[in-house]
Amino acid sequence: MAGREAALPGYAPLRRPEVESYLNHGTGIRSWIFTLDHKRIGILYLVSVLTAFLAGGIAALLVRTELLTPGQTIMGPDTYNQMFTLHGVIMVFLFMIPAIPGSLGNFILPMMLGAKDVAFPRLNLMSWWLYVSGALCALISIVTGGVDTGWTFYTPYSTTTSGNVVAMVFGAFLLGFSSIFTGLNFIVTMHKLRPQGMSWFRMPLFPWALYATSIIQILATPVLGITLLLLIAERTLHVGIFDPALGGDPVLYQHFFWFYSHPAVYIMILPAMGIISEVIAVFSRKHIFGYKFIAFSSIAIALFGFLVWGHHLFTSGQSDLGNMVFSALTFSVAIPSAIKVWNWLATMYKGAIHLDTPMLYALAFIFLFTIGGLTGMFVAMVAVDTHLHDTYFVVAHFHYVMFGGTITAFLAGLHYWWPKMTGKMYSERWGRIAWTFIFVGFQVTFFTQFIMGAKGMPRRYWSYLPQFQPYHVTSTIGSYIMGAGFFIVAGLLLHSLYRGRRAGPNPWGAATLEWETNSPPPWDNFSETPVVGDPYDLDAFQPEPEKATWVRTLPKDRLAEHHG
Amino acid sequence: MIVLSFWLPERASTMARHVDSAWNFVFWVSAFFAVLITALIVFFALKYRYRPGVREKADPAPHHHLGLEVAWTVPPTLLVVAFFWVGFRDFMDLATPPENSYDVQVTGQKWNWLFTYPGGYVDADLHVPVDTPIRLTLSSQDVIHSFFVPAFRIKRDVVPGRYNKTWFQSPIPGTYQIFCAEYCGKSHSQMLAKVVVHPPGQFERWLADASNFLDKMPPEQAGEKLYQQRGCPQCHSVDGKPGTGPTFRGLFGSTVALATGGAVKVNENYVRESILTPAAKVVAGYEPVMPTFQGRLNDREIDAIIAYLKTLSGGSGGGHP
Repeated sequence: MAGREAALPGYAPLRRPEVESYLNHGTGIRSWIFTLDHKRIGILYLVSVLTAFLAGGIAALLVRTELLTPGQTIMGPDTYNQMFTLHGVIMVFLFMIPAIPGSLGNFILPMMLGAKDVAFPRLNLMSWWLYVSGALCALISIVTGGVDTGWTFYTPYSTTTSGNVVAMVFGAFLLGFSSIFTGLNFIVTMHKLRPQGMSWFRMPLFPWALYATSIIQILATPVLGITLLLLIAERTLHVGIFDPALGGDPVLYQHFFWFYSHPAVYIMILPAMGIISEVIAVFSRKHIFGYKFIAFSSIAIALFGFLVWGHHLFTSGQSDLGNMVFSALTFSVAIPSAIKVWNWLATMYKGAIHLDTPMLYALAFIFLFTIGGLTGMFVAMVAVDTHLHDTYFVVAHFHYVMFGGTITAFLAGLHYWWPKMTGKMYSERWGRIAWTFIFVGFQVTFFTQFIMGAKGMPRRYWSYLPQFQPYHVTSTIGSYIMGAGFFIVAGLLLHSLYRGRRAGPNPWGAATLEWETNSPPPWDNFSETPVVGDPYDLDAFQPEPEKATWVRTLPKDRLAEHHG
Repeated sequence: MIVLSFWLPERASTMARHVDSAWNFVFWVSAFFAVLITALIVFFALKYRYRPGVREKADPAPHHHLGLEVAWTVPPTLLVVAFFWVGFRDFMDLATPPENSYDVQVTGQKWNWLFTYPGGYVDADLHVPVDTPIRLTLSSQDVIHSFFVPAFRIKRDVVPGRYNKTWFQSPIPGTYQIFCAEYCGKSHSQMLAKVVVHPPGQFERWLADASNFLDKMPPEQAGEKLYQQRGCPQCHSVDGKPGTGPTFRGLFGSTVALATGGAVKVNENYVRESILTPAAKVVAGYEPVMPTFQGRLNDREIDAIIAYLKTLSGGSGGGHP
C-alpha cells in the first residue's frame, strides 16, 4: 500500500467526510454567488443550466401535447407560437451553448490541467452573472408579452410582431457575451496554465475540444451580438437594415444570423465530442485510438464550421452559385465528424468494455450522432433540401445532433464526473433504467419526425392535416417516455447526494489529472502540482472496489516513448 | 419502391423523379453506414464486455494507425463529392424554368396565397394545365413565407422586397397541397392552398369562365367569391365566431366600438376605408394586423364585397335598418 501511495503524489487515501473540500470552504449564499473558485462557478452554471433545461423541457412537452390532435388540444395558436419559441430560445441560448463548457468545462478543465483555477477567475464569475442577467431579460420578456418569432428571430416578422422581442433579443445578446468570456478564459487557461510536461499533444481530448469550441465562441459570437443590436435598432428606431419596407434586406439578416448560429451548432457539439472521447477510452480500459486525428478533427470542424452557414438559405433566393459553394463546403464537415466516429469505434476494439451509465450514454451518442450526421447529408444536397427544408425532417435531424449529441454527451459527462464533483456515487441500476427511458423515448419521438417531415409536414405548425396525426401522436408519446427518463435522472442524482456511496478519488480508473485529488476536491484542487503522464494510460490502474476507487500500479512515464 | 412510398409523398412533377433518385442515393448509402456503425457498436460492446475473471483487461492493440485513418477518410470524401454533385445538378434543373413556361404571379400575405394569371385574374388556388411548364414569380406583401408543394418537391421562400422564382411541370391531372413552410405568425399553419392540374383543354375553359365572374354573377355572389379568393376567411368568419378580425355575420349596419375609443356605424364608407386603410379604425379587441388592399381590389370588386356583407346582416328581420 505504501508503495502505491508513493507512486501517487497529490492525493491522500480516502479521508473522512468532514475533511475540507471546495464544498465546505466558506458557507452562505455570498460564498457561492460571488465565488472566484472555478469549481463553485461550475456548480452555479450546472444548477442554472439544469433549471433552464427543466423550463425548456416543460415547454417542449406542452408543444408536443398540443400536437396530439390536428386542431386545438390545450392551447391556441398564439400561445403555441410563444411556446415553441420559448423552447428554442431556452434550449439553445440558456442550455446547450453554456451547458458543457459552463458547468463541466469550468469544473473539470483546470483540474485536467493540474491547475488551481482558470486564468481569469473574475472574468469567469462575470460570465456567470451575464448568464443570469440574460436569463432575467428572457424572463422579463416572457412576463411582458412574450415572443412568438421562433428562436431565429427572422426579420421582418420579428421587427413587426407584437410582444416584447427587444427584451428577449437583448437577453440573447448578454448570453453571447457570457459565452465569449468563457471561451476567452479557456483559451488563455490552456495556453498559460498547462503544467510542466503537458505538451499540446499530452493534453486530454476534452480540453482540445473546449479549445476548438472557444475559437468559435470568440470569433462568431460578436457577429450575433452586432446582428441582435441591429435588430433592436430596427425595431425601436426604425433604422432600415433588414425590413424592405424601410429599405433593408431580410435575407441579409439570415446571413448574419447563421454566420453565428451555424458555428454555434459546433459550440454545442464539440465539447460533447470531447466528453465522449474521454468516456469511451476510460470505459473501454484502452488507450484512445487516433489521438491526433481526434484532436485535429475538432479544430477542423471548428474552422470548416465557419464556412457553411449558407446551407440554411438554400430556398431563400440566395444565388445559385452561393448554393453550390455552401453545399460543397457543408459536405466538408462530414469528414472530420466521421473520423471521430471511426476512431471511437477503434478505441472500443479489443477493449474491456464496462457498460456503466456514462458509457451507455456515450454509445448512445455515437449511434444518435451518426444518424444526425448522415441525415445532415440529405439536407446538404441542395435538390433534396429543397423538399426537406423547414419540414419536420430538419427538426428531427437537428434534434438527433443536438439532443442525441449534446444532451446525451452532457448526461455522459454529468454521470462520469458526478462522483468527482459531489463525492458521491449515484445508483448504477437506476442510471441504466433512466438511460433506457431516454434512449427509447428519443427514438420514438424523433425518428417519427423524419418520416412525417419527408412526407411534407412543415415545422412550426399549430394545426396540421389529419393524415399526419398518427406520426404526431407517436412522437408525443415518445416525448412523455423521455420526460419520465429525465425525472428518473433527477431523482437518482438527488438521491445520491443524500444516500449515495462515498466516491474514492478515482472511481472509474481514469488517467487524467482531475482524478488525482479527493472527491470532492479541496478548494485549491491539488496540494502539489501533479506529475503529467499519458492521459490515456489506462492499463496502469487496478480497481479497489472496497474504497470505490482505482489505483495506479504502473509508473507514469512508461509510455513516453510513444509520443515524440 | 416500397422504401420511397414509406418515406416520400406522392410524386406529381417531372422533377420529382430526379429529386427522389437523389434521395434514394443518399438514403441507401446512409442506411449502409448507419447499420455498419450500429452493428460495430453492439458487437464490440458485447464481445469485449468486461467480465470479472474472464475479461478484466483490454487486449494489447496499437492506438494509432495511419493506414486505417486514410482508409476511413478517403472513401467517405469521394462519396460526399458524389452527393454534392448529384444534389447540385438536380438543383440547377429545379432552379431553371424552361423558356416556354406559362407565367403565374404568386403573392403571399398573412395568411393566404393569391395567384395572378397573365390576364389579371386573381384566384386563391393555383390552376394550371397538365404537361406544361409553369413558372411562378413569388413575392410577399408582408413577412417571409415559403411556397411548398410536396408532391412537386419544390419549395421557394416568398420574400418581401424581392422576386423569387420556381417552376414545375405536372404530368398528372389532380389536386395537390400547397403549404406555407416559413413561419409567418398566428395562422401560419392555416396558410394552405391547392394546385389544381387540369386535364388537356380544360384549363383554358376554366380560366375564361373564372376571369369574368364580375360580369356573369350577381354582385352578392361575386362578393362571396372575392371573400373566398382573397383570403378574407382566414380572419373574418361568416358564422359569428370572432377570429383574428371581427366576424362578418351581422357586421354591416351594426355599430362597433373602436380600439381608439368611440364607435362607428358599419356602412359602405367604413367598409371601403377598412379595406383600403385597415389600420385607420380598428374594432376594439383586435390587433391592427390586416394588410391593405389598396391597388389589389378595384371599385367594382369592393362594391361586390359590400353587397355580400349586406347579405350577411340578413336584411330580412335581423333588426338592422
